[in-house]
Amino acid sequence: MTGYLSDVTALARKDLVVELRSRDTVPAMLLFVVATLVIFHFALPDDSSRLAAAGMLWIALLFTALLALVRSFVAERDEAVIDGLLLAPCDRSAIWLGKTISVFAFLALAEAVALPAFALFYDPVTWELIAGVALANVGIAAVGTLLGAMAAASRARELLLPLLFLPLAIPIVVGGVGATLAEDPGRYLGFLGLYDLIFAILSWASFEYVVTE
Amino acid sequence: MLLVTGLGLALLWAPEDADQGPSQRIFYIHVPVALTAYACFGWAAWKAFRLLWKGDERADLESYTAVHIGVIFGLLTLVTGSIWAKISWGVWWTWSERQLVLFLILFLFYSAYFMLRYSTEPGPRRARTSAVYALFGAVLLPVSFLAIRLANQLLHPAPLFNRDGPQMSASMFISFCVCLVAMLTLAGALYLIELTGKRVDARLRELRELLA
Amino acid sequence: MIHARGLGRRFGDKRALADVDVDVGTGELLLVTGPNGSGKTTLLRLIAGLIVPTSGELEVAVDRARIGFLGHEPLLYRELTPLENLDLYGRLYRIPERRERIGMLLERFGLWEARREQTGAFSRGMLQRLALCRALLHEPDLLLLDEPFSALDAGGTELLLDELGRASSRTVVVASHLPERLGPIPSARLALGPT
Repeated sequence: MTGYLSDVTALARKDLVVELRSRDTVPAMLLFVVATLVIFHFALPDDSSRLAAAGMLWIALLFTALLALVRSFVAERDEAVIDGLLLAPCDRSAIWLGKTISVFAFLALAEAVALPAFALFYDPVTWELIAGVALANVGIAAVGTLLGAMAAASRARELLLPLLFLPLAIPIVVGGVGATLAEDPGRYLGFLGLYDLIFAILSWASFEYVVTE
Repeated sequence: MLLVTGLGLALLWAPEDADQGPSQRIFYIHVPVALTAYACFGWAAWKAFRLLWKGDERADLESYTAVHIGVIFGLLTLVTGSIWAKISWGVWWTWSERQLVLFLILFLFYSAYFMLRYSTEPGPRRARTSAVYALFGAVLLPVSFLAIRLANQLLHPAPLFNRDGPQMSASMFISFCVCLVAMLTLAGALYLIELTGKRVDARLRELRELLA
Repeated sequence: MIHARGLGRRFGDKRALADVDVDVGTGELLLVTGPNGSGKTTLLRLIAGLIVPTSGELEVAVDRARIGFLGHEPLLYRELTPLENLDLYGRLYRIPERRERIGMLLERFGLWEARREQTGAFSRGMLQRLALCRALLHEPDLLLLDEPFSALDAGGTELLLDELGRASSRTVVVASHLPERLGPIPSARLALGPT
């Protein structure tokens, strides 16, 4: 067990250090999410309700997440570095868990900028929203990492990942927007938790079938 | 094979007579088609599971064919549902009709399945990846249903349209069941036809390879 | 150690390897030759377990943890230093006394000076030497080298030949289209034809 956890830690740390030094993904995510929030101002008519603004936030977060997910397998895919990980005796699912943790971290960083920006431009941010975002992150990272590995095996990688991801992201959006707007956010947060549980376990278990040749 | 198809189609025409009204007719097609689509996706997920668990390579083709038939029936569900909406409420689409929205999501999901298969090299990896995706689809089904329910409660609190609950009399119920069986049979026949065709294709390719 | 009968691998419509029979005993050094496209890389990847056969059978008597692999790509992270790269692999392979082993290898292959520089700045020869360190890090029982000489500089070649020449119970499979480099070291040969 400790071996597994140490593998996961080593792998997650690797992803974080690589990102820290290459600064490929996170800056782009930050810029993208803020730019998207600004565009929404011009896309929404003036008398739009809170609902529209909250919905737009979730769309912005979702597409920013796609940026992170597309990039998450780039290095490994481009230079086949993932072969090195696959040759190692570690459990394949540890690769998934390490990646998921690092994607979660990148998303959290982006949201640390996006949420204040949202509060500035549109509406104050509530605790329910933050909780919803945190739970949604888990689902996005978990499912997205698995789908990223699937898409990495195909020819049209950058196109395929959004196509695979968006239908699965619909429940996340429902949960997230619900948590933001409903009088009873508990139900929606619970739903997000359920989604996370089901799909995280499914992704964890099926990763090895998807990443090996 | 064709006999089974013919039988299925013949059975469809029979219950038209036992109708309460012309608009209700579509119900006999719409719901069985929807249920058949669910069955196809479920079958695809089962075959996918067999592929991953037992390593049964043939299950790849079976799973793929099931998804294909499922998508066809899914499309039919959307079309018949749309027609029903037009007849009942005068609009081609409504978001408060849960079944319809669910099928829209599933349709998107399984269309992506084909994109996945199309853009990946044939081989054990594509088979496994498709299988995992098909399994996700089966899980997505109930989760989406729940999500749609929650979404409707939030964003569409007062349902604009009331769906007439099928208070079915005995004769209607029988007609419905017959239609359901007919649809399932039709799906099964199409599945077998397509599967056999694909298997023959694969064999031909193998033989051509050996001769080359 | 390695046993294959009728081994083959297809990628889509392309047949990369067809009907290969191999038997390699422990301690042997097998040299695999053949022109480009004859399937040398595919064969090595099959033995390493990176891909599975689509026809025939293959048995490899060791598991993943005891296999060392040097492929076309160095399998190293550009943003990480040699120390960090090897430390990652060291952890994944559960090497005892990781630091000492890494230090020893880096020194032997002349990379100690550059141990704290990101590998993205390395020359091809240095990268290949580091990749060799990675392959040897866990003292594998089975070593697979795919065209090792193509990216190695003169110094690296010396080091590799020295390493291969050492008597040990290690089994080695080398794929190369320049077999002369190895001289008399190989104890067995396999020639692959174009498919």
